[in-house]
Amino acid sequence: MSVLYDVPGPRARRLSLILSIVAGLVILAGLIWMVVFLASPRVNAGGVEQPGILDPSRWDILRDLAFWRRVGVGLTATLQMAAVAGVLALVIGTLLSLARTARSAFIRVPAVVLVEFFRGMPVLLMMLFILLVFSSGAYWAGVGALALYNGAVIGEALRAGIASLPRGQRESGLAIGLTPLQVRFTIEFPQAFRQMLPIIIAQLVVLLKDTSLAFIIGYQELLNIVLRQGPTTFGSRYLFTFFFVVWAIYLAVNLTLSWIARLVARRTSAGGVAARRARRTARVLAQLGGAGMEGARLDDPPEGDSSGH
Amino acid sequence: MDAIVENFPAFVGGFLMTVRLLVISGLGALVIGTLVAAMRISPIPALRGFVTTYTEIVRNTPLTLVLFFCAFVLPSLGLRLDFVAFALIGLTVYTSPFVAEALRSGINGVPVGQAEAARALGLRFGQTVGLVVLPQAIRMVIPPLINVLIALTKNTSVAAGFSVLELVAVSRQVIQFNGNATIPILIAVAVFYLLITIPLGLIAGRLERRVVMGR
Repeated sequence: MSVLYDVPGPRARRLSLILSIVAGLVILAGLIWMVVFLASPRVNAGGVEQPGILDPSRWDILRDLAFWRRVGVGLTATLQMAAVAGVLALVIGTLLSLARTARSAFIRVPAVVLVEFFRGMPVLLMMLFILLVFSSGAYWAGVGALALYNGAVIGEALRAGIASLPRGQRESGLAIGLTPLQVRFTIEFPQAFRQMLPIIIAQLVVLLKDTSLAFIIGYQELLNIVLRQGPTTFGSRYLFTFFFVVWAIYLAVNLTLSWIARLVARRTSAGGVAARRARRTARVLAQLGGAGMEGARLDDPPEGDSSGH
Repeated sequence: MDAIVENFPAFVGGFLMTVRLLVISGLGALVIGTLVAAMRISPIPALRGFVTTYTEIVRNTPLTLVLFFCAFVLPSLGLRLDFVAFALIGLTVYTSPFVAEALRSGINGVPVGQAEAARALGLRFGQTVGLVVLPQAIRMVIPPLINVLIALTKNTSVAAGFSVLELVAVSRQVIQFNGNATIPILIAVAVFYLLITIPLGLIAGRLERRVVMGR
């Protein structure tokens, strides 16, 4: 319940119900109009009349095994790129966060410059750079650019996580005779990583979405194989169907990942120590500027939220 | 270096196209995002559910797919526009949920006590939001909004894959004729992007500090 308005009384409830019904009807009408519009037969550029979108002749391809094999090939390529780039991004992020928290300025300053540079560059431009300068082929260009960009973002999140730990953690580690590096790896790092896990998973969703950029530099992934080459193989009347299939696949995979991230966030935000940790995560998130567009924000609503989950 | 000097007009053209994409789709996303955020905090469940679904769907769709839809699927549905307009539509739609999220996080950043006090004084929902919460939220909202704009600046490059001649597309063209100067050309493009993103980042940082001070 939001603080912005009172618990509604009978009149307000009636009004809200009426407004809800009206809004629901408007939304429904919009959806119905969309379906009717899509279902109506259309005349293509050549003046030939084609059946509407809902016509079975546009969807019979879904019974074709050859088509699904093709989708499988594309999805495998996409997931493979995402997996390799994701692992590399985690490694790079770990190294960058270590370098950024190093004591000597000779290590710290270049790391800061690197992180800021990679975060400020369009991923597509990095892909082009690797593709043209190292003539690496589209696959490694995509993997390299995604790993560097997301590694920089993850490194920044980990650094913020380390910085948000209570100072006593480090001090007590040093007091029992561990070396600074041991403290980093055995005490600070595991905590920072656990605390930032939701952000890291959200970033992996971003990485998976960004694999589709490799389509532009010619990597044979889901978009390329199904959407670009599908219509030439199976006929252009299936374009909309293909789009729908690719869209559904992306949504399914990404929403699953987001859901896991939310689950992880909720698990860490129950109980005493974990709740403190979650509050720190929220503070760090606020400092990171909520990861802007690159991270899907997790909807763990702070107090005073009315998103009605 | 010669390749850059010779093709400087082309680069400037690409830069202007990038800025055009940024400004127009940024403004469009601001308008739609504000509407989405308003529905998101409204007392009407149907609206809330609708925009929540919209946000989730758009946020989990790759931008490349959105632009593909605008550039190739919309025309097959009978919409006839040029590629720049399609890219603008795609970027606007893709950016709007992120704008809405930034606004929402700003509104949630206002201490609950403010809204409670306003309610206690007997202000209505509209008055509470318009007179008490929003004026304070605006200051908190600007840094995350600028972050969204920075991300949008980078995202305009995706339009290069859909027949829009912006910076990246221009650089690809220039490289075709000057294969020996690949590295300087790409670095020049990177500098053009930094011309937009660094000032934005500095503004965001300064405002952020001021907001913190102002509390």
